[in-house]
Amino acid sequence: MKKILKGARVLDPSQKIDEIMDILVVDGKIAAIGKNVYIGDAEVIDLTGMIATPGLIDMHVHFREPGYEYKEDIETGSRSAAAGGFTTVACMPNTRPPVDNAAMVEYVKSRALKSGLVRVLPIGCVSKGLEGKEIAEMGDMVAAGAVAFSDDGRPVADSSLMRKALLYASMFDRVIIDHCEDPGLFEGGQVNEGRVSTLLGLQGIPASAEEIMVARNILLARETGTRVHIAHVSTKGSVELIRRAKAEGVKVTCEATPHHLTLTEEAVLGYNTDAKMNPPLRTGEDVEALLEGLRDGTIDAIATDHAPHSTDEKDVEFDKATFGIVGLETALGIVLTRIVGSGILDLKQAIEKMTASPARILGIDAGSLAIGKPADITVIDPDLEWTVDKNSFFSKGRNTPFHGWKLKGRAVLTMVGGKIVYADENISDDNINRAEILKASYK
Amino acid sequence: MLSQKHLLGLENATQQDIEQILDTAESFKEIIDRDVKKVPTLRGKTVVNLFYEPSTRTRTSFELAGKYLSADTINFSSSGSSVQKGESLKDTAKTLEMMGIDAVVIRHSSSGAAEFLSRHVNARVINAGDGTHEHPTQALLDMLTVREKKGTLSGLKVAILGDILHSRVARSNIFGFTKMGSQVYVAGPWTLMPREIEKMGAKVAKNMDEALEGSDVVMALRIQLERQKKGLFPSQREYSMFFGIDKKRLSMAKSDALLLHPGPVNRGVEISSEIMDGSQSVINEQVKSGVAIRMAVLYLLIGGARQ
Repeated sequence: MKKILKGARVLDPSQKIDEIMDILVVDGKIAAIGKNVYIGDAEVIDLTGMIATPGLIDMHVHFREPGYEYKEDIETGSRSAAAGGFTTVACMPNTRPPVDNAAMVEYVKSRALKSGLVRVLPIGCVSKGLEGKEIAEMGDMVAAGAVAFSDDGRPVADSSLMRKALLYASMFDRVIIDHCEDPGLFEGGQVNEGRVSTLLGLQGIPASAEEIMVARNILLARETGTRVHIAHVSTKGSVELIRRAKAEGVKVTCEATPHHLTLTEEAVLGYNTDAKMNPPLRTGEDVEALLEGLRDGTIDAIATDHAPHSTDEKDVEFDKATFGIVGLETALGIVLTRIVGSGILDLKQAIEKMTASPARILGIDAGSLAIGKPADITVIDPDLEWTVDKNSFFSKGRNTPFHGWKLKGRAVLTMVGGKIVYADENISDDNINRAEILKASYK
Repeated sequence: MLSQKHLLGLENATQQDIEQILDTAESFKEIIDRDVKKVPTLRGKTVVNLFYEPSTRTRTSFELAGKYLSADTINFSSSGSSVQKGESLKDTAKTLEMMGIDAVVIRHSSSGAAEFLSRHVNARVINAGDGTHEHPTQALLDMLTVREKKGTLSGLKVAILGDILHSRVARSNIFGFTKMGSQVYVAGPWTLMPREIEKMGAKVAKNMDEALEGSDVVMALRIQLERQKKGLFPSQREYSMFFGIDKKRLSMAKSDALLLHPGPVNRGVEISSEIMDGSQSVINEQVKSGVAIRMAVLYLLIGGARQ
């Protein structure tokens, strides 16, 4: 099967490409990239006015399978990813049972293959059973395909365990991703500690609950010479700690979510459980610091922490509601509108933080349109204005604080290994067999 | 009429709302002293007391308030009900809704529970204390008590003392007294002082003395024993030494200062027995004001024709 993606602005930060070109896809791989590519027997998809980038990578999602399929499963999560322009996602292991052994890694992979949409990369647990006591069989999980390790959802509380995990994972050149949270300081917390927690009478989560663990991880990474990745950074203090550590040569990387980059604790007012997440939304000062960290490179990647929950878990009293929001179908639109649109990053930098940068952190062969690479491509319509409608999500989750937001720019076609896994009605080429792919229409 | 459909808190109440409730309560107070304590004002109206936390005075007070106004009041407590069988607040609300009630009085351990309920029922919702958020009728009865004694709520110095962090009474009183023109000072152990409380309009006193000095109203809050178990203060003994109100501390306030407590009091901890039973204490008057305030709130919310 040969396809030519014609006339798009090709933007590939990994190769420093940014110009209008054609991409030839043959047998699922990038076969050529250049001006006026022509092959007689290829399907031609006209992408004039569009932007083609390497397929987006989300290094932090929760697909909930096995165990919590009522929230999301690997197929619906994959559909949600494809619709959001993501071709690769890394799945957190806090399922039931957790992904803490090679058989579970294989299970996640097989379920993803069966759904046949995007590349779902399993992350294995740091500790057996997520219990924070003994390190899990990381070597065996790496052999089975685990790309990283994390006890996400909870921190690796025991510093000694974290030190061992860092050393052990580094043997396999895999990174530990830590959800930074001091259990004692967090305990019972609901929202950021400050004006909003006081006003609403909700137990606060101080910034120090995160920053103490960020500092600890930096110290351990420095002492052992290993790599560590900080998940969903939310505070100014964390950004400052990571910036300083990077300047000193510590091998620390980090990610931030679209919601921590655009929303403050004020979003919780009115007891809005769709703004309840962990780490919590912080203050305007924290958001400013995160944006500055994004700009100066302290924050390496944008990841969604896509965390679907059922309505029954969210439409309850605030302190009984679960933490987390979905993000795959809103991330690109928010980044384009609020991060690129406001000039915090240029488009190339933003795409890099959603492609080449997470690929580098995970050590995976993705995030590039170089010849010979798998044809994982995201096509973006930068001018498409649309309104977020949670009821039209492919995800099972409806838990988003972005419902009703007007955004500009989104993915209109998503290709994984040369196969179109998502296309919207704005892609009008007759050669696309619409029966086989995901479709959506926008208001 | 009040500017709000429900009484969820005093944060969004206007000064006019508060004045109207206090004036109405004052006029109802006389009914409580009658031989036959019954007026037909709310005949045919139904009020449900939905209490998820144990409460004696607030529940009784609401129940009596409804009965004095001839409303049908029903008590629904979490033990021995479908709640114990695992029914969610949302489902309970829907069930009550179908029974055709006019108002729900809710006491719940979750902050925001009253607001949550108001999103799921058409009946009027009255917050009788939600978690550590607000307890508006308590603040209203405190204001009524003070207004009766002082003649005004304007220009007073009000000291609220103790566990501010977990106190719904403190939050509602800060909003209420501040809106009426008083200056509220808060003091207590720093482990029990919420961050950025000054943004709600209160002044955080450096210590107890600064809060008490020259104050017109001294309000001690109940200290919950479980806070000590969580290590927020070392012992009841030390609490009473540094934060308990005794004769000496009370003497720092104006000589005619009023002593309030939302009850129930831990005698000898927050307040010494001597001053609790002394001339400045209006703790018993507060209880009477409570019934009048709840009558006023019920009347103002459901007294008219059904919407």
